[in-house]
Amino acid sequence: MKSLDDLQKLRDKAKRTMDMTDLVDGVRIQVGMGTCGIAAGARPVLQKFIDEVAAHNLHNIIITQVGCMGECAFEPIVEIVEKDGTKTTYCKVGKRLAEEIVEEHLINGNRLDAYMLSTIKR
Amino acid sequence: MTLESMIQKYPASPEYLVEALRDYQMAKNDHSVTESEIVKIAKYFNVTESKVCSVVSFYSFLSEKPKGRYVIRICRDVPCFVNKSESILKTLETRLGIKPGETTPDGLFTLEYTGCLGQCDHAPAFRINDMTYVDLTPDKVKAILSEYREEKS
Amino acid sequence: MLSRMHILICGGKDCLSSHSKELRDEFHLVLSELNLLDEVRLVMAGCFGLCSQGPIVVMTPGETFYSHVTVADIREICEEHVVKGNIVERLLIKEPIDKAKIKNYSQLKFYDRQRRIALRNCGQINPTDINEYIARDGYLALGKVLSTMSPAEVVAEMKKSGLRGRGGAGFSTGQKWEFAAKSVDDVKYVICNADEGDPGAFMDRSVLEGDPHSVLEAMAICGYGIGSHQGYIYVRAEYPIAVERLNNAIKQARELRLLGKNIFSSGFAFDIELRLGAGAFVCGEETALMASIEGNRGMPRLKPPFPAVKGLWGHPTNVNNVETFANVPAIFLKGADWFKAIGTEKSSGTKVFALGGKIANTGLVEIPMGTTLREVIFDIGGGIPNHRKFKAVQTGGPSGGCITEAALDTPIDFDSLVAMGSMMGSGGMIVMDEDNCMVDVARFYLDFTVDESCGKCTPCREGTRRMLDILNKICAGNGTLEDLDLLESIANMVKDSSLCALGQSAPNPVLSTLTHFRDEYIAHVVDKVCPAGVCSNLTNYTITDKCIGCTKCAKNCPVSAISGTVKQQHVIDLSKCIRCGACKKACPVNAISSKPLPKEENK
Repeated sequence: MKSLDDLQKLRDKAKRTMDMTDLVDGVRIQVGMGTCGIAAGARPVLQKFIDEVAAHNLHNIIITQVGCMGECAFEPIVEIVEKDGTKTTYCKVGKRLAEEIVEEHLINGNRLDAYMLSTIKR
Repeated sequence: MTLESMIQKYPASPEYLVEALRDYQMAKNDHSVTESEIVKIAKYFNVTESKVCSVVSFYSFLSEKPKGRYVIRICRDVPCFVNKSESILKTLETRLGIKPGETTPDGLFTLEYTGCLGQCDHAPAFRINDMTYVDLTPDKVKAILSEYREEKS
Repeated sequence: MLSRMHILICGGKDCLSSHSKELRDEFHLVLSELNLLDEVRLVMAGCFGLCSQGPIVVMTPGETFYSHVTVADIREICEEHVVKGNIVERLLIKEPIDKAKIKNYSQLKFYDRQRRIALRNCGQINPTDINEYIARDGYLALGKVLSTMSPAEVVAEMKKSGLRGRGGAGFSTGQKWEFAAKSVDDVKYVICNADEGDPGAFMDRSVLEGDPHSVLEAMAICGYGIGSHQGYIYVRAEYPIAVERLNNAIKQARELRLLGKNIFSSGFAFDIELRLGAGAFVCGEETALMASIEGNRGMPRLKPPFPAVKGLWGHPTNVNNVETFANVPAIFLKGADWFKAIGTEKSSGTKVFALGGKIANTGLVEIPMGTTLREVIFDIGGGIPNHRKFKAVQTGGPSGGCITEAALDTPIDFDSLVAMGSMMGSGGMIVMDEDNCMVDVARFYLDFTVDESCGKCTPCREGTRRMLDILNKICAGNGTLEDLDLLESIANMVKDSSLCALGQSAPNPVLSTLTHFRDEYIAHVVDKVCPAGVCSNLTNYTITDKCIGCTKCAKNCPVSAISGTVKQQHVIDLSKCIRCGACKKACPVNAISSKPLPKEENK
């Protein structure tokens, strides 16, 4: 990186990746992996998503770890970001729910209202 | 890993003393340094032995006293306290038969206090070596301890 | 994301069938035409429970509820409400809203009251991938600074922003930079204080784990401003994941030459090294921290000379904490004026608070300065669980004080908290309810300070110990009224004569509880009663007939003091009971009561 221009170029490229510009129906799965998320069991959940996505042979899906989202009481938290910016936040995600999210939300297109952060009270 | 190969990862400058000590102790099963090791470390970093001792006695992660293979550090801060960390401590004490600062006779566990682990939203919490456990209840503690016991046998 | 407004579109099943997806698409289209996508965040919320009025669109802040929204209404909402701030009257919900009936009211409040600057990327980007940080305008501020501003301009901009240190005392960051910039020396240092030790505070951990690059970028900007080429991050060994991610971030930044020599071809060089603590609370104090980096016992020394004049290895040094640094790139990207407009006059910007203790939604919230404690605890935090009564909130960790119900409506900023006898500290907020004994809490804090006192100065080393002795005596039921006076006088003495902030502030929890909860102290010393039922010598635990015999209490008792058969009322053996409260916490039906012992039973 030598100049501000170089940074801008890298920024645009990285933004395309992040916004999934080049993916048809791209989906980004973000798993909260701060210490709080990890202590609540986020690591196996992330692995489960990787396994499930592979098992169903799904393409155009980016699985990534992110930091703490601040709503630590609901960890592990998983956010499904669709290409148009729609963001669904699932809370207290375990391996079984991960499976369900992949099958219902990603494949069949039904969001699982019952597990969305917004409708869950502790 | 030998002491030599461990400390030689660090430049021979006094500023790396704390980190090298901490690293070395983490790698050892008894989480401590002996007198003869202190002599070597002092020589390598070109400081007096008393300086190494003064550093070791100051930081709670460093020790001259051998510790158990698993060091349980229980958070004694307020968020854990208001969430009944006392009952966690008592459970550990009765299960292990030791008080904070002591090591079980089989050399498996050492019980210690620690400062805040930053898990206040999931209090009470403790750490066993590098692993953090949260939302503890006496029941959960019993299960965790037996896991570690099994791992050993 | 620095959204000034959130539009929440009801995404419940019923609304989905009434085309909320199309609404979102239309919002997206119109907002992008108006070039507002950066400022407004569209959120597909869950069902609001107002389905008869659906689809519902909620605009926050302001909590404007629009009902029966159609695609045709959206342009008007954007042009009128978003751009001009005019409410579109004809779409407002006709009937008055019973807020208790709104299912997602808490979520609404969660979005409404928060404004994320320091936490802008936390939970949004992959912290182990520098590209994602760059995609969110990362390192753009550094690039802008290095190519268009002089070091003096950087310091001036910082001063103008009004940012105050987020680690404790709230000293002006710009002024700190200015002092370090004015010191003449070839070698200067920038230190990031990541020794977050205040009980109840974990926002720095969250930033380091979730957005490590923002700290690196800010340190480089600071280095340029004050004329330093080397930075250190002193991080607690208790945060292994933060350490791992920082190491990774430093490596990636070096690879892209965003750290190192000749950054952005400007001739400016800056590099960062990580240093790990080894478990000593006092190392969060800046002079102790520097002693620790040098490889010594982490003991504080007298100031002046301040670190800006004589710091690490005797060279001018600027020390800021993690959250402070996390604000810096945003300030340089959006300008000091933008930042200054947020918050209160004397405390600009936002503050991250860590909610803990007896509160429904534990976690991190970032709010503009000037929000009231009541909003934070009850609106965002969801109030006290299990219908218990709020008693006090402790801010500022062991250095702060307790704030009572009466002060809940005071807007929070650095100065108002000090006026209430507490302090901002690093932003821990520990909520206590009626089950917490304030004398016991004060005793607990003292126990902490006694343990963490480094022992260098006498008032802190001996004074805190004497105070603890007295508090132990009171909690055991052996205190007298004279003890209270003695406690108060020692507290004031320790406060006035200790060497560093640890000792100077250690008596705060005692003094503030003595002020606000003197009646509890008097109950302990005169009536020999612990009103909250906590202090073990003054309390008895009993199991009432509400017991369903689920055995949870017996399983959770650390000393096996509870006996009973399944499905029958259990009994506590009081001679074994240590009054730890584990059974009470485990009981699903609230069948365990902790009552103060009647007066005559006390010895």
